Amino acid sequence: MLAVARRILHNEEDARDAVQDAFLSAFRALGSFRAGSRLSTWLHRITVNASLMRIRRAASRPEEPIEDFLPSFLDDGHRASPGDAWGERADRLLERKEACEGVRRAIDRLPESYRLVLLARDIEGLSGSEVAEALGISTNAVKIRLHRARQALRELLDARVREVEP
Amino acid sequence: MSARLTCRELIDFIVDFFDGRLPPAQNAHFESHLEVCPDCVNYLDSYTQTVRIAKEAFGQEEDAVTAGVPEELVTAVLRARVPGS
Repeated sequence: MLAVARRILHNEEDARDAVQDAFLSAFRALGSFRAGSRLSTWLHRITVNASLMRIRRAASRPEEPIEDFLPSFLDDGHRASPGDAWGERADRLLERKEACEGVRRAIDRLPESYRLVLLARDIEGLSGSEVAEALGISTNAVKIRLHRARQALRELLDARVREVEP
Repeated sequence: MSARLTCRELIDFIVDFFDGRLPPAQNAHFESHLEVCPDCVNYLDSYTQTVRIAKEAFGQEEDAVTAGVPEELVTAVLRARVPGS
């Protein structure tokens, strides 16, 4: 649980507080735990929620722009710099242990509001409505942020994938 | 929406296409564009691979939730739900 909170919050004290929040929430919500469910999955979702709620309660920060990370287009709607296929290089990227760390660092470079949505949806597996509720934003905003975060991460990973021998 | 999507327009539909939520008419436009645009085919493939790579990069970390929950805790929690057990 602490590892999950750490990767969302990036601050040891906040992560520990979020885990404490999560245990309290879990204790209060014991009645909603269905026999037959995996306790670890249930606690995982509660921990992600508690971490997102902690961020939501913190002083709101101005939205950071993500446009610099997004693909660019010509006036006629075509891509400004189309690339060839990643192909099997993408499959081989994570064979190197340091590459995993590199991917995690690339995710950390995303503006915070986008990083959080990508982590919660694609890594932690929460639904769009769960993330929307935890962050206090609309499901449409979650969808837009997720799409932009994936596009930005794709641009950040592009050079790493191309370094892999074809 | 015009019958012919540009590459810029196609990108806005990727997230719904990825989730299988694109309405049939838009899906037809989307797929028609892919049939004639290898750049967008490559982009869509790399977008899909990005999501997979991100998951796997964290998947190779210790599954801390599963590893950190001892069986005794599971038993204690389940017992706590049934008064008197």
